[in-house]
Amino acid sequence: MSALTPVLSAFWDQKDSFTIAGYKRNGGYKAVEEALSMEPDAIIQMVKDSGLRGRGGAGFPTGMKWGFIPQGDNKDHYLVVNADESEPGTCKDTPLLLANPHVLIEGVIIASYAIRANHAFIYIRGEVTHVIRRVQQAIEDAYKDGLLGKNIRGKGFDLELVLHVGAGAYICGEETALLDSLEGFRGQPRLRPPFPAIAGLYARPTVVNNVESIASVPSIIEKGAEWFASMGTEKSKGYTLYSLSGHVKNPGQFEAPLGITLRELIEMAGGIRAGHRLKFWTPGGSSTPMFTDAHLDTPLDYEGVAAAGSMLGTKALQIFDETTCVVRAVLRWTEFYKHESCGKCTPCREGTWWLVQALKNLENGEGKPEDLDKLLDLCDNIMGRSFCALADGAASPIISSLQYFRDEYLEHLRNGGCPFDPAASTIFEGVGVR
Amino acid sequence: MPFSDSHFDAMTKIIARYPRSRSAIMPLLHYVQSIDGYVTQEGIEIIAQKLQLETAEVNAVATFYTQYKRKPVGQYHVGVCTNTLCAIMGGDAIYQSLLEHLEIENDGVTADGKVSVEHIECNAACDYAPVVMANWEFYDNQTPESAKNLVDAMRQGNPPAPTRGPNRLVSWKEASAVLAGFNDGLAGEGVQAGEPTLLGLKIAQGKAGENR
Repeated sequence: MSALTPVLSAFWDQKDSFTIAGYKRNGGYKAVEEALSMEPDAIIQMVKDSGLRGRGGAGFPTGMKWGFIPQGDNKDHYLVVNADESEPGTCKDTPLLLANPHVLIEGVIIASYAIRANHAFIYIRGEVTHVIRRVQQAIEDAYKDGLLGKNIRGKGFDLELVLHVGAGAYICGEETALLDSLEGFRGQPRLRPPFPAIAGLYARPTVVNNVESIASVPSIIEKGAEWFASMGTEKSKGYTLYSLSGHVKNPGQFEAPLGITLRELIEMAGGIRAGHRLKFWTPGGSSTPMFTDAHLDTPLDYEGVAAAGSMLGTKALQIFDETTCVVRAVLRWTEFYKHESCGKCTPCREGTWWLVQALKNLENGEGKPEDLDKLLDLCDNIMGRSFCALADGAASPIISSLQYFRDEYLEHLRNGGCPFDPAASTIFEGVGVR
Repeated sequence: MPFSDSHFDAMTKIIARYPRSRSAIMPLLHYVQSIDGYVTQEGIEIIAQKLQLETAEVNAVATFYTQYKRKPVGQYHVGVCTNTLCAIMGGDAIYQSLLEHLEIENDGVTADGKVSVEHIECNAACDYAPVVMANWEFYDNQTPESAKNLVDAMRQGNPPAPTRGPNRLVSWKEASAVLAGFNDGLAGEGVQAGEPTLLGLKIAQGKAGENR
């Protein structure tokens, strides 16, 4: 008996799952007909009742976010979908859009109608050419079908949907940086308040939602808030996509109710790769503090992961076995944050630079034991002292790895260098490469 | 390449997508790359003119985003993911072996102008690690050998099709036009999903193991 609940992924195995014909054959675009016959506020209430929370990492209740949009204000409203999937380890929205872009478009129409927006944007990262093709084609086909444009399905609702392609900046996944980028500026976060619900795109009321959040909406309309809320745990309702990568036998996507454990997921992935054991893992991308084999039974919902000291994030489960040097892993993530720091705030711009220097020395066995405390001190001066969460994310792998693997850092110093063989961690280890 | 009237028409179409013209700056930069191969000074000046901005304002945006290149790249621009997970799974070895094999440095281009290589950050395909991108198309589950074969085929002018992409690898300029929002009609080609994407679904259907 499988604990899985494929909804979004239910017909990804059909060759034409990404076409409008394939989507309709599987019941697609029925929810939009139903939604356009409802009062917009009733849709917002339904999404609130479902308990759907943001799937992009923060877990903010989606219906509540929609409810923050002031109504009757005679201003343009906007819906912006965050498809800038870039958090290390996160790989759910990209395969979703490749296999079925129409479920997102259907969600966009319903959400726009609910918040009374006549203009919506999908901000997709630029490094995924074929996914961009699929979404572009899907938008064109939806226009041809009368699902976008003027007077949709004769219900008097107009919606323009534009695909906006990014150009390689992790920070644009942060919602206010995304809005600046969409307005044609460098993608740098804004100081909040005002929040996007009051002053977002072009300083107008704006909802920014993750792909998976919006794609979940049609199923809620079709099957009901109660159906959605019947899955998951007390405060983390519904199904979601878990992405397993790294040192497991079969990596992949698993759609399950919130609250499944890594132990269950690893079992479905065929276990840790043969002859090895779990060392550390991230529950929701590199910005979420790492876990170890002591957390195999932690319920992977918002509360369970938080209670264990991390965050559910994007449910990007990156699995590393005992061949992996934790210092090397953390150094590489830190180099990423340094590269992606937008440069707006000093603690992040300068701090990530210093973190890389200190970690490089440690990885090369050239540091001093006191450097470990200096690292923590640096993290303390970066976390919570910047405009956005990128800086907090940069500190997470460092603080958590020192919590669980302090001695491995010291071993680098005793050893005068990294004690691990990087070849042993590769998937082609033992296949005769190099 | 000098910009022609048809290029200006395309740029006008890009601007018309947005409620406010400045929002068109990113697709316009992708579009300039589809004509010139990189963001040229001429391209910057034309965008500034079109959007009634200072060239410094366009430059400020162009230099913020890593996909906008300030010098020519190869006809096939290869990105090797060396973020933590891919790096550990073999990305570091792939990246090093490609640089040695092609005798170039990071961001370098082969003398024949065919191939350029850079190390990239996480490309949202971790369940297919180690991942190599070419003109931002997916080449999944790579090894140093497969990556070397890939770039050799590129230099001979017959690269294999991407793992999850159209039936042929388009050029850098052609891919840039797609990023600028111009449909090249290839969306229907290629698989809808790879095996890892379908793993959970197949287990739920009781079909796991059939194709593995």
